[in-house]
Amino acid sequence: MTELCDLPAHRLVAALKKRQVSAREILESTLQRIAAVDGRPGSLAPGELTAEDTQRVHALITLTEQRARAQAENIDRKLAAGEDPGPLAGLPFTVKDIFCVLDTPSTAASRILASFNAPYTATSVARCEAAGAVMVGKVNLDEFTYGSSNESSAFQPSTRNPWNLSRVPGGSSGGSAASVAAGEAVFSLGTDTAGSIRQPAAFCGVVGLKPTYGRVSRYGLIAFGSSLDCPGPLARTVTDAALALQAMAGPDPHDSTTAVLPPGDYLGMLEKGVKGMRIGLSPDYFQITYPNQETGEYEQRPVPAEFEAAVRRAASLLESMGAEIVEGVPMPNTRYGIPAFFVISRVEAASNLHRYDGVKYGYRTDQPVQDLREMYRKTRAEGFGLQPKLRILMGMYVSAAQYSAQYYQRALRVRTLIRRDFEQAFDPAGKYRLHALLTPTTPTTAFPMGAVYGDSVLMQYADQLTVPANHAGIPGISVPGGIAEDGLPIGIQFLGPDYSEAALLQISRAYEIATEQEEWRKVKPRAIQTIL
Amino acid sequence: MTDLIDRDTFNHLVDLAAFELNEEQAQYLLREMNNQLKAIHELAVIPLEGDLPITSHGVPYTEAISAPPRADEWIPFEHPEAILAQAPETQDGYFTVPDIPHQTLE
Repeated sequence: MTELCDLPAHRLVAALKKRQVSAREILESTLQRIAAVDGRPGSLAPGELTAEDTQRVHALITLTEQRARAQAENIDRKLAAGEDPGPLAGLPFTVKDIFCVLDTPSTAASRILASFNAPYTATSVARCEAAGAVMVGKVNLDEFTYGSSNESSAFQPSTRNPWNLSRVPGGSSGGSAASVAAGEAVFSLGTDTAGSIRQPAAFCGVVGLKPTYGRVSRYGLIAFGSSLDCPGPLARTVTDAALALQAMAGPDPHDSTTAVLPPGDYLGMLEKGVKGMRIGLSPDYFQITYPNQETGEYEQRPVPAEFEAAVRRAASLLESMGAEIVEGVPMPNTRYGIPAFFVISRVEAASNLHRYDGVKYGYRTDQPVQDLREMYRKTRAEGFGLQPKLRILMGMYVSAAQYSAQYYQRALRVRTLIRRDFEQAFDPAGKYRLHALLTPTTPTTAFPMGAVYGDSVLMQYADQLTVPANHAGIPGISVPGGIAEDGLPIGIQFLGPDYSEAALLQISRAYEIATEQEEWRKVKPRAIQTIL
Repeated sequence: MTDLIDRDTFNHLVDLAAFELNEEQAQYLLREMNNQLKAIHELAVIPLEGDLPITSHGVPYTEAISAPPRADEWIPFEHPEAILAQAPETQDGYFTVPDIPHQTLE
């Protein structure tokens, strides 16, 4: 039986406004689902992993039940008084624990921020709440977002994939994707620096939208790579992602990098179809690059055949709905996205992480110290896990004066080439004139827990098809595109020009309509069905 | 560009980053840094035009989409005590720290 917590956002809001259901009832259904499937929340002292732990999702770090009940009651009160409760009224959502929320632990999944209660709320969270959404909790992620599997979180047990609990949910917004897939939230707020919304969305069979850089405010987001970070929604349907983006997008006086452009009409264009739209396929997105484990050399090989087939099938469905498919779009610098990211993101990470010093907020060592320097060293040694340490050290190395021209400056120039690939593909007066490029989202389906973690290079290459959009700043969306032979979801990705979120959502919705009646759409996350 | 990061350089970085590592952690981090450096070396083969500019952020910030400079106004935070309450140690509204080492430059 379908529970309230499994219904899409747009249907819940409609039912709520007709007074067929209350915000309280939607919330109770969601809290019951969390109690049934989530297991114990992530903690700094988890002890041994139990057999039961391996059968639960563990999306949450902090359940904000009281706050959620107060918000839901407020929505019901507004409805009773005949007031407009907002476009997201009564929708339970989760927030990646990288956003500050007033008086709520905001940990970045790191020991160094475990005790931090934010004194203010991030703009994107505040806008969702102002639109009537009900925050049910803060969800797990890779420590400081540094990973693609959630396994690096200091808060264990880390999140598991609701489709197969022995698999990772992807990352770094793994708790967001898993909570949405498992019905623990109607939508979630995540962030994407190299693919951290789209890759877990693909792994967990949900929709994940990375907006254009500057489309959604970063105020209150704990920073990783400040020139790359983008907050955005994860949801079970394209319409729900559009609804959430509509609430959070737009300029913010607290973030001077937000574009002074009004948000698009993300809902109004959704059902308009794809007639006359030009959608491109690139051979460079059907290739993946991997380090050969024996020789250490980098090799290219085709994406898995079922991934290419899913993308080509989507293209032919869209073509049958009136889109024009453009083959052979050259994106030759795609393969350099990860090497350039290894440099640029590390420099920005190192810069952003120097602020954690045991003085202003967060963790300070308990050990006796002689002086300030020793306090810094012990605090940072104990507070940061290995992945943040690795990023800080690497960032310092590649930006050091004697290496900067060779590494950092070179990577920033390669970033120009990556941006040019997209500019040429999307140029309205150019050869290709694309509205969107259609690609696979990931090189594989969700991998087994423990299979990649520790190998920082292989882990980073999980983002190779998503990271070019972050370098270029353009928007991208991952939508469910089928189920692979291993029973796990396949994600397909649409990438578009700056501020083209409305068109990407429109194309995604057309694909969703075209596949609505297909058998694979009826398959729900199996592991969740078993627990329930 | 086949240089690897040696242990002395690594130790210097660890000192600058204000970390303390045990041997197992140090070995893991140095190995991963050199593996990442190998991936970064893939960039060396790309021919870059002499005047190719850098891109420090993807989306160009034109005047049309940039906010005009805001007025230089002092806006006090409503609850400064909430900020101070997050600090590990404070006294009379100040952050307090252990002794600050002094060093005389020659």
